[in-house]
Amino acid sequence: MSATETEGRIYDVAGQDWDELVQNVTDSAEERLVVNMGPQHPSTHGVLRLVLTLDGETVTEARTVIGYLHTGIEKNMEFRTWTQGVTFVTRMDYLAPIFNETAYCMAVERLLGITDRVPERAQAIRVMMMELNRISSHLVAIATYGLELGATTPMLFGFRERELVLDLFEYITGLRMNMAYVRPGGVSVDLPAGAVDKIGEFLKIMPGRIKEMRKLLDANPVYTRRTKDVAYLDLTGCMALGITGPMLRAAGLPWDLRKSQPYLGYETYEFDVPTQNTCDVYGRYLVRVAEMEESLKIIEQALDRLSGPLKGGPVMIEDKKIGWPAQLALGPDGLGNSPDHIAHIMGSSMEALIHHFKLVTEGFRVPAGQAYASVESPRGELGAHVVSDGGTRPYRVHFRDPSFTNLQALPATCEGGMIADVISAVASIDPVMGGVDR
Amino acid sequence: MSTENLPGLPEEPVARRGMFGVKDTGDTSGYGRLVVRRPPKPSSVRPYGSYFDEVADALEPAVGDAIERVVVDRGEVTFHVSRERLAEVLRHLRDDPALRFELSLGVSGVHYPDETGSELHAVYHLCSITHNRRVRVEAACPDADPHVPSTVSVYPTHDWHERETYDFFGIVFDGHPALTRIEMPDDWEGHPQRKDYPLGGIPVEYRGAEVPAPDNRRSYS
Repeated sequence: MSATETEGRIYDVAGQDWDELVQNVTDSAEERLVVNMGPQHPSTHGVLRLVLTLDGETVTEARTVIGYLHTGIEKNMEFRTWTQGVTFVTRMDYLAPIFNETAYCMAVERLLGITDRVPERAQAIRVMMMELNRISSHLVAIATYGLELGATTPMLFGFRERELVLDLFEYITGLRMNMAYVRPGGVSVDLPAGAVDKIGEFLKIMPGRIKEMRKLLDANPVYTRRTKDVAYLDLTGCMALGITGPMLRAAGLPWDLRKSQPYLGYETYEFDVPTQNTCDVYGRYLVRVAEMEESLKIIEQALDRLSGPLKGGPVMIEDKKIGWPAQLALGPDGLGNSPDHIAHIMGSSMEALIHHFKLVTEGFRVPAGQAYASVESPRGELGAHVVSDGGTRPYRVHFRDPSFTNLQALPATCEGGMIADVISAVASIDPVMGGVDR
Repeated sequence: MSTENLPGLPEEPVARRGMFGVKDTGDTSGYGRLVVRRPPKPSSVRPYGSYFDEVADALEPAVGDAIERVVVDRGEVTFHVSRERLAEVLRHLRDDPALRFELSLGVSGVHYPDETGSELHAVYHLCSITHNRRVRVEAACPDADPHVPSTVSVYPTHDWHERETYDFFGIVFDGHPALTRIEMPDDWEGHPQRKDYPLGGIPVEYRGAEVPAPDNRRSYS
């Protein structure tokens, strides 16, 4: 059956004579218009393609096409060691790299049975880094909201503030994104000297900056008209579609894994789970801004612990069969193994050299079995399903990325609405295509 | 060689023979005769501990015969169910007031080429918000008949997840509203996450030495 038989007469727009086309379409009674949006459209957050069927300006059908950024990370990891896997997962959801790393490492640690032996200082550093990352990720979400709705100031503000966080990441890990900082058993390197002061400065600046953002957007009539009662998705819809994160909390359910199923000692930090019950784009924005403010509280508490009771503690598991043999240090040629360690393995201990070589090239073995570890990423529940066959490489790693699942809600939030609201609906889902396609 | 004094050999299928690639007369180490058998499929017995017993109690009266085995490992519980009754089990897990697993975290596939007769596994992670619990449900199907019933009617979120698992593993979810590829191009051949699908890649020259493609590098497991 041809498309003409099922769909009626079809007019393609593909470089022909416009006058002729306009004449033909004017004669036709049909008003249905199929518009292809993306994959290279600035408002689709990376390479997302939407196929919209329009009746006038109303969207009657929205179809999402993904896969343009599929890189086979999960397959690639099956050919690397467990530690090398961190370098791959960090590239999935590239706006929230620390969360990917942490979820993966928590799953590997559960398989190894060492969850309780990860040093407290490493846990506090992970928490602090994740919350910093949450702020930077939400800032991009809000910045792009603004830009896509036609306002450039929130975009400039958002990216300016995000730069502060990325500078901190660069100072601590050596990289602004894709840091591979969290490793099975701890973190790759301790906080450098001066990091606590720098984060302290950031904590002083940031509340004011968030307030500025709120002043700009919270009661802005243009912004609220474009976001209030737009892309409505209630709690029932969220549950059925598996939506988690700010979208779910904007539907009124205070479900946050940091509170409900705490990990890495989140139960010892004081913070609230912000919710809204408007189920719309504006509610999701408010939840995200409030979450940034809560994240600042957690960072402050973590920083107090890191500079107080946990000062000088180890950041990698004591077990020499798992923990990376060397601490990284900044040398004249960049970040690498510390000169002391090099002197030790090359100059004084053959056994240390063998141990280093074996652990770095061969890696450690992980007992056979499967584990699922999840963290509350900026976009919702980020789960890592990790299977081991007892070898030095992962047998299978699957990431349950919240962007992937949340993006399924797009037809439910767009169909029946205006085409202009599709943009704010996509922005409020805040999908990161690196995480969707992996 | 007499085998009288040797312990009884396990029945499990052979996973691997030999080591270090030595064979025949060149093998002075004896490693060539090594026979590694796969460990038996794990199965836990009651009490499972934690909340797992309560979940099993609520499941057993209704769909107990669909559960093939239960595995409690590293603080997580896995119910292996027969694929024919999968949708029924999931519906029960969702609707029973004592279970209430409202939130599904999707489908993950795993390919075990050595498990003859149940090579492909579909793994479901479920979360109960009411009781704050998690379970894992696993259904297996043979490579020769890669069919598992679709559960989109129970958990609509499985729509994309089942498409992804079909795309990567070739598991056909019967009854899915539109089971097409989702990540790979529509005309792609093969299912890339299966173990028999090569990773690909080319050797790279670096400072005079050649680094082989990742799937041709030395493996230690």
